[in-house]
Amino acid sequence: MSVDKTTVAKIARLARINVPDKRLEPLAAELNGILNWIAELDEVNTETVQPLASVTGHALPMRDDVVTDGDRLNDVLSNAPEGASGFFVVPKVVE
Amino acid sequence: MSDLVKGSTGDWEVVIGLEVHAQVTSNAKLFSGASASFGAAPNENVSLVDAAMPGMLPVINRECVYQAIRTGLGLKAQINLTSVFDRKNYFYADLPQGYQISQFKDPIVGEGSLRIVMADGNTRDIGIERLHLEQDAGKSMHDQHPSKSYIDLNRTGVALMEIVSRPDMRSAAEAAAYVRKLRSILRYLGTCDGNMEEGSLRADVNVSVRRPGGPLGTRTETKNLNSLRFIQMAIDYEVVRQIEIIEDGGEIDQETRLFDTSTGRTRTMRSKEDAHDYRYFPDPDLLPMVVSQDEVDALAAALPELPDEIRDRLMGEYGLSAYDASVITEERDTARYYEAASEGYDRKLVANWMTVELFGALNKSGKSLDDCPIAPEQLGALVGLISDGTISGRIAKDVFADMFETGKSAANIVDEKGLKQVSDSGAIEALIDQVLAANQDKVEDYRGGKDKLFGFFVGQVMKQSGGQANPGMVNQILRSKLDRV
Repeated sequence: MSVDKTTVAKIARLARINVPDKRLEPLAAELNGILNWIAELDEVNTETVQPLASVTGHALPMRDDVVTDGDRLNDVLSNAPEGASGFFVVPKVVE
Repeated sequence: MSDLVKGSTGDWEVVIGLEVHAQVTSNAKLFSGASASFGAAPNENVSLVDAAMPGMLPVINRECVYQAIRTGLGLKAQINLTSVFDRKNYFYADLPQGYQISQFKDPIVGEGSLRIVMADGNTRDIGIERLHLEQDAGKSMHDQHPSKSYIDLNRTGVALMEIVSRPDMRSAAEAAAYVRKLRSILRYLGTCDGNMEEGSLRADVNVSVRRPGGPLGTRTETKNLNSLRFIQMAIDYEVVRQIEIIEDGGEIDQETRLFDTSTGRTRTMRSKEDAHDYRYFPDPDLLPMVVSQDEVDALAAALPELPDEIRDRLMGEYGLSAYDASVITEERDTARYYEAASEGYDRKLVANWMTVELFGALNKSGKSLDDCPIAPEQLGALVGLISDGTISGRIAKDVFADMFETGKSAANIVDEKGLKQVSDSGAIEALIDQVLAANQDKVEDYRGGKDKLFGFFVGQVMKQSGGQANPGMVNQILRSKLDRV
């Protein structure tokens, strides 16, 4: 598996990362280096091996259905560049 | 098949599949301890997890998982004991994480089915492909400011069930019946309040057209429809639009469309090239979710009786028509009212009075069953008075109107107004004699062969009695008197 310049540009756009044109080729080369390295795993036969999600053997911890949080408007909005009447305010987004 | 649509070049078959988003009824959100309630002040029900502050980790709410399992059981679906949460990546201002936690490859609920009943009493089974749990997004308001949008994250992270049907529906009416039935099941189970106006239940509609029996056509998806009427309007519009394009030699673009409620039309929402490139991958913050068969069995054992089961019982044991049984069982409260009202009385007659008179009166007065002035036992008692001949069906309608107005019992009203049906044969005979004496000429005509005049005599006698004569007895006595030559 490998990626080309066009794919890198597409991934960058989907991730909203601004990559100048001249960085696309070098990035593709770097990403291919990583992909090739990981591709070494293909040499191992994993046909009968179940995917492993965790080495700890823990199950997903669950919470009771109790309201324990919220009502902390100041904390929630504290990092917002702009707020008004309790709302986040952002540049207009309309579909 | 009657559901085919006529085009200028022949018949078309409509193929519809629905994705319904149902908000899970729970106290707290899916992955945080903030309240899931509706109607709080802006950003009041928001935790740092919901606001996606760095370092915050999601912890799943067990009750939301159970609600999804209950719903799966109600849809007779396979419950997957192991399921996986994935990240669905996209950027929008009301989704602070930059991804929605959803389930992609391994949903908690697999295949099931749901039975719809059409107005003619025919039933069809619609396949359910899957049900998965996911986070709801926040709310954007675009009309507060000329160049800004206002964002409220109260809904962000509330648990949703996305319920995906098979493309098994063939008309807008079937799609509406499907949503109505799904809503009914969710409300019986108590897993979603089904409130479409508040957005607790909304549907994405996939529509395509094809030649009957031919290969599937290209489909469009119309998003976020929040009423049964809009669902039907959007489907009808799409069907006409697609047939026109194809018959004019064009092709359908596979795309997402929006329904404009003011014009009743759909329009393109997203361009194709970015569509559905969500780059799903398993959420590294969440281990695979495992539930035990014991937990599932316990949830199954505690499920309430569902509309189909009650409907079968009403039809099988009480002999109700398919239509009456469906109408009565759509809402749990209605089914309960019916069972209480009909207990000890003529079950079919009570069903009739409920679906015609009671629903009619409620509709007309804008009331719901919750604030119905007539208690179930009172409606039953009214029907009892008809069955035992105390009052006629005609009089009962007046009594009913009075009951609805005043909340008094039928027996009281009948007593107060002296509406008791006259079943005394002597009294009826006297009335009939009066009528016959006053209409000698017609009696001659009748005996001369004008059979149709019989109805005239019945009408006259009933009129004389103020509607209170027992119609059966009037018929019988009148017949014996007239036919005695």
